[in-house]
Amino acid sequence: MTSHNRNLVLKGGWDKVVNEMAMELDVFVGNTTIMDEEVYQLWLDGYTVNDAVKVRMEGGVLEECEASADVLLSDTMDQYRTFQMCERLLHSPAKLANQLLFQIPPHRQAVLIERYYTFDDAFVREVLGKKLSKGTKKDLDDISAKTAVTLKSCRRQFDNFKRVFKVVEELKGPLVENIRQHFLLSDKLARDYAAIVFFANNRFETGKRKLQYITFQDFAFCAGQLINNWTVGAVDNMVEDMDVDLDKEFLQELKELKVLITDKDLLDQHKSLVCTALRGKTKAFNEMEANFKNLSRGLVNIAAKLTNTKDVRDFFIDLVEKFIEPCRSDRWTAADMRLYLTHYTNSAHILDTFKHQVVWDRYMGVVKSCIFKMYHD
Amino acid sequence: MPGKLKAKIVAGRHLPVMDRASDLTDAFVEVKFGNTTFKTDVCPKSLNPQWNSEWFKFEVDDEDLQDEPLQITVLDHDTYSANDAIGKVYIDIDPLLCSEAASVISGWFPIYDTIHGIRGEINVLVKVELFNDLNRFRQSSCGVKFFCTTSIPRCYRVAMVHGFVEELVVNEDPEYQWIDRIRTPRASNEARQRLISLMSGELQRKIGLKVLEMGGNAVVGYLQCFDLEGESGLVVRAIGTACTLDKLSSGSAPNTTTHVHPNTAPASNACNSPSKDGKEPVFGEDVLSFSGPPTPFRALPTSSSSPPPFSPSKPCSRQSSSSDTDLSLTPKTGMGSGGSAGKEAGPLKTLLRQQTQTALEQREFPFFTLTSFPLGFLVHVGGVVSARSVKLLDRIHNPDEPETRDAWWEEIRQEIKSHAKALGCHAVVGYSESTSICEEVCILSASGTASILNPRYMREGCLDIGNTDHRFEEPSPPSCGFCHIPYDELNMPFPAQLTYCHHCRRQKVPDVLFTTIDMPSEAAVSGKGCLIQARLCRLKKKAQGEVNATVISNLLPFMEYELHTQLMNKLKLRNMNALFGLQIQISVGENMLLGLASATGVYLTALPAPGGIQIAGKTPIDLSNEHHILTIQKRINDTIAKNRELYQINPPELTEEVVGSPIPEPRQRSRLFRSHSESSDELSELDLSHGKKDAFVLEIDDTDAVEDIHSLLTDAPPPSGFYSCNTEIMPGIYNWTSAVQMFTSVRVFRLSNVNLTNQGLNKIFTDLCENLLKSFYFKLRSMIPCCLCHLNFTVAVPEDELIQVAVTAVAMTFDKDQTQERTADKPVTKGCSETEEQLQFPLELFADSSSTNTQTSSKISGVPESTGVSPRAASVDYGSFADRCSTWLELLRLKAHTIRRGSVKTTSSLDRCSPLPEGRSRSLRSNRSFGGGSVTVVKMTPLSFLPGTRIIKYLGIINMFFIRETTSLREEGGVSGFLHSFIAEVFAMVRAHVAALGGNAVVSYSMKECMLMENPHKNQAQCLINVSGDAVICVLETDQEPMSSTTSIGQTCTSGAT
Repeated sequence: MTSHNRNLVLKGGWDKVVNEMAMELDVFVGNTTIMDEEVYQLWLDGYTVNDAVKVRMEGGVLEECEASADVLLSDTMDQYRTFQMCERLLHSPAKLANQLLFQIPPHRQAVLIERYYTFDDAFVREVLGKKLSKGTKKDLDDISAKTAVTLKSCRRQFDNFKRVFKVVEELKGPLVENIRQHFLLSDKLARDYAAIVFFANNRFETGKRKLQYITFQDFAFCAGQLINNWTVGAVDNMVEDMDVDLDKEFLQELKELKVLITDKDLLDQHKSLVCTALRGKTKAFNEMEANFKNLSRGLVNIAAKLTNTKDVRDFFIDLVEKFIEPCRSDRWTAADMRLYLTHYTNSAHILDTFKHQVVWDRYMGVVKSCIFKMYHD
Repeated sequence: MPGKLKAKIVAGRHLPVMDRASDLTDAFVEVKFGNTTFKTDVCPKSLNPQWNSEWFKFEVDDEDLQDEPLQITVLDHDTYSANDAIGKVYIDIDPLLCSEAASVISGWFPIYDTIHGIRGEINVLVKVELFNDLNRFRQSSCGVKFFCTTSIPRCYRVAMVHGFVEELVVNEDPEYQWIDRIRTPRASNEARQRLISLMSGELQRKIGLKVLEMGGNAVVGYLQCFDLEGESGLVVRAIGTACTLDKLSSGSAPNTTTHVHPNTAPASNACNSPSKDGKEPVFGEDVLSFSGPPTPFRALPTSSSSPPPFSPSKPCSRQSSSSDTDLSLTPKTGMGSGGSAGKEAGPLKTLLRQQTQTALEQREFPFFTLTSFPLGFLVHVGGVVSARSVKLLDRIHNPDEPETRDAWWEEIRQEIKSHAKALGCHAVVGYSESTSICEEVCILSASGTASILNPRYMREGCLDIGNTDHRFEEPSPPSCGFCHIPYDELNMPFPAQLTYCHHCRRQKVPDVLFTTIDMPSEAAVSGKGCLIQARLCRLKKKAQGEVNATVISNLLPFMEYELHTQLMNKLKLRNMNALFGLQIQISVGENMLLGLASATGVYLTALPAPGGIQIAGKTPIDLSNEHHILTIQKRINDTIAKNRELYQINPPELTEEVVGSPIPEPRQRSRLFRSHSESSDELSELDLSHGKKDAFVLEIDDTDAVEDIHSLLTDAPPPSGFYSCNTEIMPGIYNWTSAVQMFTSVRVFRLSNVNLTNQGLNKIFTDLCENLLKSFYFKLRSMIPCCLCHLNFTVAVPEDELIQVAVTAVAMTFDKDQTQERTADKPVTKGCSETEEQLQFPLELFADSSSTNTQTSSKISGVPESTGVSPRAASVDYGSFADRCSTWLELLRLKAHTIRRGSVKTTSSLDRCSPLPEGRSRSLRSNRSFGGGSVTVVKMTPLSFLPGTRIIKYLGIINMFFIRETTSLREEGGVSGFLHSFIAEVFAMVRAHVAALGGNAVVSYSMKECMLMENPHKNQAQCLINVSGDAVICVLETDQEPMSSTTSIGQTCTSGAT
C-alpha cells in the first residue's frame, strides 16, 4: 500500500511538472463558490499546493472518483486561489456576509470563519502571554520548528491573535461577547480568544519549564475565572473600563489578607480549624498538617504581591512553585487537594478576628478553581 | 420629453482606502446620463459613506434611454490635486422601459474599476417615467421585449412567430485610435466599455424597430456578438426571432380573437389568443390568410442600413464563389450536400409545402434562432445546414454604412437558405452565426437545422395550437413526425439510407439525424443521451493576406469532413443514431486551425438501430496486421456493448433482432473509407429488419487511421453517477432536483514543442477537452447523481502557441431512484397512439393559458421537457401523473421537514449543514438568511429554466461587457489568479444587477466572449468578457404565491460545494 502511494506521489510530481510547463492558465469558477473543507484545512495548515496534492492523494480521493493526479492539482490550485481571495474578507468576518464577490451560503460562511480562526494548541501555548509584537513575530520560525506547525500557519494564527487583540482592546463591555460579535465566532472559540487576549494583555508568564505541563485549555479556564471574577467588568458591567485589566482596587485590598499569616494567633487558629475538619478524611493528613503554614504563607503572599505588575506576570509560576509542587511532592491526590482547599477557604470564615471575608472569597474562589485545573501531571 | 430618468445615490460600503495618511476616503459620486452630469456631496473620511442624495433627474428622449447606460462614477475628493476615480457602475436602464419588466432598479452594485477590479459597493435607486406618444415617427422601440432564451419564454404564449431579425452596427475601436497612445489604459478601457454599451443599446433599439414593423412585440433567441476586428474596427451584431407573445396571466384568460394587421398598426400588437376551451376560433381566417397575397411578411423590413435584397446574379451555388477580397465561400452542410433537391417532392408533402411556402418563402430569410418549439411547430427535420466564408478584413470607412459586413452575412444566409432548399425544407431553425478572427482574416460561420414548420404559427390569427392542428395536418404522430424526411426520397440531396419509420411505419426516415436544435420534448428515445465531441487541429503555414485566406478556405472542407466523420464514428460507438444541439466551431490562429464539434447523442427509437463499426485492413492483409485489426475490432465491439449498457439503450426491437455482436455478416457490408454510410442503390422495401443493417466500416490504411481509431476509443465515459449533454436537458432524465451549480472554466495550453504534427496536436487538443470534463466530474462529485447540462465549449487560438478552451455549463442533480423506475416502466407504457390521446396532449400542454389548473401550469413552466419526453401519447398521461405525484410528495416531505426543523431551532451554525437534499430545506434556509440583511442569492443557469421552480416574471435582458487590465500580473497570482478573480467579479456584477432589478435568477446565461491577452514579461494582462442572459423572478414550484423578490431562494449548491 505504501509503495503504491509513493508511486502515485511520484507520478503526481511528474504530472505537475508537465502541467506547469504547458498549462498556461487553468481556472474554474462556480456561481456558488465551491470549497472543499479538506482542502481548506490543508490551506489553513500552510501546506503548499504540491504538499496538499500529496496529502489528498494519500487520502484516496482519486480512487473514489476515477480522477488523475493533474485533476487533483488543478482542483487544489483553484481552491487555493479562492481561499486567498477570501482571506481579505475573513480578516473582518462581518464583511463576508454582505460582500458580493463570492456567493457563499451562510452556514458555509460560518464554517469558513470558524476554521480560519481556529488555532493549534501547540502553537498558542508558545505565544500565550507574550506581547503580540513584531518581535514575537520574528521568533515564529523557531516556534514553527519547535511545534511542527508550518510557518505560514503560525503567521496566520499569530495575525489572528493580533487582529482580535487590536479590535477588542479599544472596546467597552464584556470581552467574550465583543469577540463573538466582531468576529462571528462560536462561543467556545470566542472564549479561547478572550483568554489569549487576556494573557497577552497581562503578559502572564506561561513559558517556564515548570509550567510546560499545563495545557492551553487549562490556562483558558483560568483566564475565564480571572476575567469573570477579578476584573472591573466582573463586578460592574456599566464601568467604562473593560475586562482586559484586573481590578486595581481589588488588588489593593488583597494586601489586607496578609493578616492571615502575619498574625500568629490567626495562623494557628486557622490551622487547627482546617486540621480538625480534615482529620481522618485523607491519607495525606500528616503532610497537610506539617505543611499548612508553608502553604498558607505561599497563597497569601501571592495575593499580597499582586499589586506589582511583575508579580501578576508570575501569578501562575508562583501558584505552581508555592503550592502545587509541594503538594505534588507529598503525593496529594486531586481529591486531597480539593478537600484541603475547600476547608482552607471555608475555615477562614469562622475566624472571628478576620474581617476580609469578601475579598478572601473573591481571591480564593479563583485560586481554588485554578489550582484544581492545574493540579495534574 | 418622452421620458424622465431619476437616480438617487444612497450609500456606499467597503470602499477602498484612498488616503494613506488617514486610512480613509472622502468619497463623492458623479451621475451621468448622456451629456448631463450631477454630483453628490463629498462624504468625508468614511469607507461606508451615506450620501442619501436628492433625486437626480434627467429629461431625455426615449431613444437615448435605449442607447445610453446610466454611468455612476465614485471618486475620492482631493483638495490639492485631481480627484481620484475609485470606480464606475454602468446601469442598463432598458429593463425599466418595458412595462412588463422591472419597475425600479434598487440595490447594491459593485464599484468596478478596469485596473483594480471591484472596489466596494454603492447603493443606487433608479426609476424611469415614460410618456407614451405613439403617433410620432418612432426612432425608439421601447417596450419590445428581448429574451436570450431560445424557446418561448415560460410565462408567455406565442401568438405569432414573425421570423428572423438581424442588425449590425460598426464603429472604430477606441483601443486603436490615435488618442489611445496618450491616454491611460483606464481611460481607454472605459471608452471601450462605454462604446460597446452604446452600440449594443443602439443595436437593440434598431432590432426593436424592425420587430415593431413586423408587428411583433418581442425578440426571442436574441444573440448578440462582438467582432473585435482590431485595426479595422469593431462590429456589434445581433440576430433573433421576432414574435408576438402574450403574457400568461393567471388571473384572466385572454380571449380576444380580433387581430390587428401589423402593417396598419405596428405599435399595437395584441394579437389574438385562443380561447382555452378547445373551440376552433379562427379556423376560417387561417385559411384565408395564407391564400390571400398581402401577408405581413412582404413588409419585412430591410432597414435603411441593410443592403438591397440578394441579387440573383450572385452565386447561390454550392461551389466556391470568389471575388477580389472574399476569397472563398466554403459551403458545407453537416449532413452532406450536393444534388439539388427536387422541389416536386412526394405527393404527400406537396400540400403541406404549398401552405408553408406562401408563408415562408416571401421572407428574405426563413430563419429561426429558436432551438425548442411549441408542440406541433416543427413538422419535419432535414438535417444540419451550415456555411462558412473566409474574409479579409479591411478598415470600415464609414461606420454609418456597414454595407460590407452586411453583404458578407447576406451572402452566408443565402447559402444557408439554398442548402435548406436542397434538403427540401423551407425553413432553418436553431440558427446561429459566429466569427473567428485572427489578424486580418475572419471566418464567418452560420449553421442551423433545415426543417419544415407548421405554417400556422406564422400567420396572423394563427393561434389555435392543439386540436385543430392535428386534424388538419398529415397525421404524423408527434413522437416521430419530425424524423420523417422532408426531401424526396427518389432525388435525395445526399446519400443516406432510408427506412420506414420504426414508429409509425408509414414514412421514411434517415439512418442518422443531425440537428442544431434541442430534442423535441415529444421525441421517443431509448436510454440516456451523452455529450459527443469531435476535435481536430490542423497546422497551417503562416501567411499574409489573400494567400493566408486561400490556405484557410482550402483547409475548411477537410476539417468539416473530418469532424463529421469523427462525430459519426463516435455516435455509432455509443450506439446512438441522432445528434441534437450540434455546434461546429472552427477557430483560426496564425499557424493552425482548431475545430470542435459538440452535440448530444441520443437513440431515437423512430430511426433504425445504428450498425456497428467494422474495421478493415488494407489488402493484401498480412498476418500480424490482421491480428492487430482483430484486437481493435474486439475493443470496438466491447466499447459498443459497454456503452449500450452505460446509456441504458434498450429499444425493444434490438433485443429481438440483434443478438450479441453488432457486426453484421460480412457479405452485407458495404465498404467505405472512413466516411458516411453509403446508400444502397435501390431502396429497401419496407425493411424493418434493420438489425442486419450495414455496419460502418473503417479501413486501416495508414498510421493516421490507426491513430484516429485509437482516439475514438480514448474518450472516457463519464464516471458513474454523471451524465453530460450540451442541450437544455438530458434525454432520459426526468426528475431534476433543485440543486444547480453554474460554472465557467477556462484553460489555456501552451504548445511548447516546436515540431508538432497534426496528430500530436490532435492528441493535445483532445486531452485538453477530456481533462476539462474529468476536472468537472471531480469538482462536482458531491452532487452525484448529477448531469452537466448545456456544456458549451468555446475554443480559440489567442496567440501563436496557445490554445484556449472556455466552458460554461450547469450541473444539476436528479433523483436517481425515480429515474430507474421511469425507465423500467417505459416499455410498458409504450404503444398505441390513438388520435384521442394525441388531442389530449396539446390540450394539456397548453392548458396553462388559463388559470384553472395551477398544478399543471406550474409543471409546464418549470420542467416541461421532463414531462414531454415520454415517447407515445399513452405515456404522456402517465408522465404528467407521475410528475404531479412527485410534486405532491415533495410538498409532503417539505412539510415534514418544516416540522422537524422547527424543533431544532437552536442548532449552532455549524450544525446547519442539513443532510437533506437542498430542495427540501432551502425554503427554510431562506428565512434564516433574512436575518443578517445579507445578499440576495441569485442563481445562474445557461438553461431556460431552473428545475423545481417556476418563472413568474422576466425582468429584462442582461447584456454586459467588461474589460479588466492589470500591470501587476504576478502580484495578482499570474494569469490564472487574474482571470479567476475577473470571472468571479463578472458573476458578482451580473448577480448584483439582477438583484437590483428585483430578480433572483438568470436563465439562458452565456459567456459570449472571453478574450485574454497576456504579456507575462511586462507583467501585464488584459481580458474582455461579454455575458448575457435573462433576469427573472422564479418561485418554488410548490409555492402557490410568489415570494417577494428579495427573498433569497436558497443556497442550493451547498451540496455541490463540499
